[in-house]
Amino acid sequence: MSYKGLPDVVTTRRRNMLESAYFVEIAKGLALTGKHLVKNLFNTDKMPTVQYPEQKREYGPRFRGRHRLTQREDGSPKCVACQMCSTVCPADCISIEAGEHPDPSIEKFPRTFTIDLLRCVYCGLCEEACPCDAIRMDTGIYEIAADSREAFVVDKEFLLNNDKDGTL
Amino acid sequence: MLAVTIEAVAKIGFMFLLIMGFVPALIWAERKGSAFIQDRTGPNRAGVLGIRLAGLIHPIADVLKLVFKEDVVPAQRHKFLYAFAPMLAMIVAMATYLVIPFGDYIEIGGRQYSLVVADLEIGMLWVLAVSSLGTYGVALGGWASNSKYTFLGSLRATASMVSYEITMGLALMGLFLVFGSLQITEIVAGQGDLIGGWLPKWGVVVQPFGFLLFIAAVYAETNRTPFDMSERDSEIVAGYHTEYSSLKFALFFMAEYAHMVVGAALIAALYFGGYQIPWAPRPWIESNAGSLLTGKLLVGAVLLLVIASLYFRRARREKGWYNDAREREPGFLGSVCVVMAVGMLGALGLKPWTIGEAGASLVATFFQTGFFVAKIAFFAWLFIWVRWTVPSFRYDQVMRLGWKILLPAGLVNLVVTALWLAAVHS
Repeated sequence: MSYKGLPDVVTTRRRNMLESAYFVEIAKGLALTGKHLVKNLFNTDKMPTVQYPEQKREYGPRFRGRHRLTQREDGSPKCVACQMCSTVCPADCISIEAGEHPDPSIEKFPRTFTIDLLRCVYCGLCEEACPCDAIRMDTGIYEIAADSREAFVVDKEFLLNNDKDGTL
Repeated sequence: MLAVTIEAVAKIGFMFLLIMGFVPALIWAERKGSAFIQDRTGPNRAGVLGIRLAGLIHPIADVLKLVFKEDVVPAQRHKFLYAFAPMLAMIVAMATYLVIPFGDYIEIGGRQYSLVVADLEIGMLWVLAVSSLGTYGVALGGWASNSKYTFLGSLRATASMVSYEITMGLALMGLFLVFGSLQITEIVAGQGDLIGGWLPKWGVVVQPFGFLLFIAAVYAETNRTPFDMSERDSEIVAGYHTEYSSLKFALFFMAEYAHMVVGAALIAALYFGGYQIPWAPRPWIESNAGSLLTGKLLVGAVLLLVIASLYFRRARREKGWYNDAREREPGFLGSVCVVMAVGMLGALGLKPWTIGEAGASLVATFFQTGFFVAKIAFFAWLFIWVRWTVPSFRYDQVMRLGWKILLPAGLVNLVVTALWLAAVHS
């Protein structure tokens, strides 16, 4: 049985005399690469290369960047320390310590909320698991660099004030 | 005695500067040219005060980096040969150049000095003998490193040398038969004639088949694609220089490019007329030196002004792109071009069209040497161009091509040339 009408055995054409002599074919190849060279020499601006630190690629709104914690109107975190995100996290990078919230209708709040950015795999499951829309990955930040491993473990304060211009 | 020493030192110095000037330019051309061939921009970051020269600063930065890097050496190496191999590679590349003339003669103070370091009567044999010594650098380096990959690389280099040296010799024998001499200056001088009054008697015209064999052999000798078996990254890491680092690696790296320059110079000298300018023999240049020099200055000035205007246009367009020193680059380079153009136009004030006889001779020498350098540049670029066009041959394909195709073809070429010459002369 052949697949989609394609032959079972693909036969390659034998090279003819001229092609076996290589030189004509090499000249053809040189013409092709030379064409690219000349074209690019006079159109350096039209090259597809992104000159990275000066130019940046536009990413879509669903791009998963560095996490942030959303705030209530009074500036406290929306998070209720339900541990859903840290449970679902495949990289086990979120650790939350819960405390009792003074407002009985809220019940709990995170006393600490740390994310180890080096362990995070940016899968976005924490966003999906969160029942209160408290954690989001919509900052669009992907340039994450620091001098030490400790600096990558970010705390609640950092995550609350994390916006697009924020640096680590 | 002193005069002879000064003459030799001056020529060696010129030759050394020529090769050493070509090496960084070729490294740059390799990187930038391959980038443009593959629709990339290539190196454009390293710069001094924002002057980047389209990546020409990168070779300098590379060498500086290599000088200051730690020299990591394998513990079980052969100490002397390990250090000696890169030097040998470099020495051989330089020594091959001794017999290639870079001009006819230069006349200073009524005395003629020939523009070749050593005008050996057996010049071509010197080239064949010394250029195959270059393989010793590769072979010893690979063996002394005491690593399997480097050893494989040096074995392959030796195999390709043994196979392609024969083809090279056979291709050159055809050339010897035509020009009747082993002396390279005589071969080059013989290429100044015209066949039938219009076709320059270049080696490539009288030995087209031999030229193809020779260029294939030279590519194999210099270990360039499609015959780069001894350093093929996908098979044997980096081949013979896998265990080298720091300055020793830099020396191997530069020797490879120096070999390319020498290969290009050999192709230019033996098959493309060397310093001969077609249809413009030396007496003609000398008698028209004044108008040629004036024309050269005018054309040069106009070209520089065109380049300057392009730079200024670019300076306007790139305004606000970087917000640092790099923005001054096009304007600065444009200004340099304008200053050079003004200098050339100012030189017209010295009335170059009324140049004397001694000056005419100098002009002819400069034109011929310039032409030779341009030919070397073209063939060196061809090495790079071919590398980024043609995929490599497999090891067994290289051997089959060398022994079963190029060697018989070389023999046939030799016999046909001999028969043809015998028929013409009888």
